[in-house]
Amino acid sequence: MSLIEIKDLHATVSDKEILKGIDLTVDAGEIHAVMGPNGSGKSTLAQVLAGNPAYEVTGGSVTYDGKDLLALPPEERAQHGIFLAFQYPVEIPGVSNAYFLRAAYNEVRKAHGEEEVDPLEFADFMEEKLALVDMDASMLNRSVNQGFSGGEKKRNEILQMAVLQPRLAILDETESGLDIDALRIVADGVNKLKRPDNATIVVTHYQRLLNYIVPDFVHVLVNGRIAKSGGKELALELEDKGYDWVTSGAPVGAGAA
Amino acid sequence: MAGSAAEPFVEAFDELTSDASTPAWVQSMRRAAFERFGTLGFPTTKNEDWHFTSVSPIADHDYVFLAAKSGDVGRDELAPFTFGATGWYTMVFVNGRFAPELSDIAKLPNGVKVWDLASAWTKVPDVVDRVGKLATYDNQAFTALNTAFMLDGGVVQIAKDTEVDRPIHLVFVTDATAAKGMMHPRNLILVGKHAKATVIESFVSTTDAVYLTNAVTEVSVGEGATLQHYKMQRESARAFHVGTIEASQARDSHYISFSLATGAALSRTNVYTTLDGEGSGATLNGLYMANGEQHVDHQTQIIHAQPNCFSREMYKGVLDGRSHGVFNGKVYVHPMAQKTDGKQTNNNLLLSETAHVDTKPQLEIFADDVKCTHGATVGQIDQTALFYLKSRGIESALARRLLTYAFAAGVLETIEVNEVREALEKMTLERFV
Ligand SMILES: Nc1ncnc2c1ncn2[C@@H]1O[C@H](COP(=O)(O)OP(=O)(O)OP(=O)(O)O)[C@@H](O)[C@H]1O
Ligand SMILES: [Mg+2]
Repeated sequence: MSLIEIKDLHATVSDKEILKGIDLTVDAGEIHAVMGPNGSGKSTLAQVLAGNPAYEVTGGSVTYDGKDLLALPPEERAQHGIFLAFQYPVEIPGVSNAYFLRAAYNEVRKAHGEEEVDPLEFADFMEEKLALVDMDASMLNRSVNQGFSGGEKKRNEILQMAVLQPRLAILDETESGLDIDALRIVADGVNKLKRPDNATIVVTHYQRLLNYIVPDFVHVLVNGRIAKSGGKELALELEDKGYDWVTSGAPVGAGAA
Repeated sequence: MAGSAAEPFVEAFDELTSDASTPAWVQSMRRAAFERFGTLGFPTTKNEDWHFTSVSPIADHDYVFLAAKSGDVGRDELAPFTFGATGWYTMVFVNGRFAPELSDIAKLPNGVKVWDLASAWTKVPDVVDRVGKLATYDNQAFTALNTAFMLDGGVVQIAKDTEVDRPIHLVFVTDATAAKGMMHPRNLILVGKHAKATVIESFVSTTDAVYLTNAVTEVSVGEGATLQHYKMQRESARAFHVGTIEASQARDSHYISFSLATGAALSRTNVYTTLDGEGSGATLNGLYMANGEQHVDHQTQIIHAQPNCFSREMYKGVLDGRSHGVFNGKVYVHPMAQKTDGKQTNNNLLLSETAHVDTKPQLEIFADDVKCTHGATVGQIDQTALFYLKSRGIESALARRLLTYAFAAGVLETIEVNEVREALEKMTLERFV
């Protein structure tokens, strides 16, 4: 069974239609890359899947793990294993990263009827997660993302992902702002978290990330629709020919898989 | 004879002033103040200082003056209000009267002396002759009323060069027998040259009774001395609270005030300080939190009377339900107070559509070489941050509480007494559901 099935999804923001009929199906164990020009709606799709109330869904359906995803508030989506690594992680002055991570972890555990962990247990648990993204423990004592460098914010997103162990991770341009080493670390993190029962959607502009996180499918989002889908070689072709090649003349592909 | 506003209080006043054991000079001070209160009457909203706060809920009640000792409060009932701290020097007042059996002042360090005001009149007249010198009542009806009825409170004297190792805690607690009562606690804090001390005043309750607390604290901070002065207003949800602090600062002194206001149906806190010596500084911070129908008002006043002084002020307010917050921050800079460096901020977070706040910075500057800034904001929960937290699985209610806490954290982190800071952090996290 597919993990998520998006059908004819339409969404608006400030009364402007951004998503104009998205079809996309992702099975467990797969990695899908979503590429496309600036402003084509990639982040909108990601935010809509995470449940951002700033976006209004005006049509279509999303079935996730057999459930009507669009009917769930964002916190329940997260508790059911959806995770969005934000293109622009949000700064929350006054809330420590450690407190935030533990609160999130405990909320998800609680939703699954599991015991909450105390700060000491959590500190042990964090040690290995920090190592995974090569982050210093001192980052935990700082306010969430406040004053973090661009790359530190992105690592912090992956750290949260490592803590929450999602079933469907959506990474929105997680590579932007990362140096080569960090890129490898983040990609390693994602690869290590990969399991047969989870899936990843990687929104990216750069083929270079896909050298590290190898996708099973590549989709090109243009003007609110998926204009073309293919295998990992599609990314190389795009790198070579640019998005014009997709928008001008090439047949519009149906959703993958 | 006092004016008509004084009428409801006459009987109690006559009884109080007929007590022969109180020195005559105290009685005459009370009489003068009662006279003044009669003329002033309770302030109306036409009075600029009370524009946003109607005290008619206070004035419309009849009160019994709680002159005699009353109440039955045990140490276990005080526990929620003592910050889990041990070893503090504590004076407890139950329904306005000193309760030695609940207090811990047997082992005061060298240089620290405390008395209950009721016995200090005769025991240490040379100390308490400062009473009434710092808090004037020409235009302050509540201070006049307090002075007329002052009976008990904490008198704290720190000798010069003394660094007090632990906080001195004055706890004013009410229990159910305070219902329909009024109390006028009067405190005096004298900090000698180059001394350092922390004094905490707590106004707390084990009841939800209606009563009136009308407190006045006079503070003198000596040359080069530092006083951390915290006020915790956690009265009964149906109580009325008016509390005035008036400080006077000598040269190079630092007065650090923190005012928490979270209890009472209607409260007004005045924090006034006069920078009366060159090189002195005042830090006035505070947090008010209200919900339901609560009304919470703060007025601060910093008088820069001398050159080269600084003032820093940060007040934050969180308002939910149909509550109403008021902040009025006055800063006066006298013509001779050159090189004054003043900064004031007031930030408010409204958690509901029906809560509101009136914020009014008021700077009057008569010197030309000064640096004074002020800023006030009124905002709501940041929706982007709220979504970010929820997208990590955090329930809506907890997410809102975390962001409320985060809003308050900036001012709470200025509290240097760990026990107090941690208790307030916890309180903030749990205050709004
Ligand atoms: N709050 C908003 N109000 C108005 N327009 C918006 C809002 N949010 C997004 N948009 C518009 O929606 C369109 C799609 O934006 P989106 O962020 O989804 O693009 P994207 O594909 O992620 O682009 P990029 O590659 O630059 O990240 C853009 O034209 C953007 O300006
Ligand atoms: Mg984007």
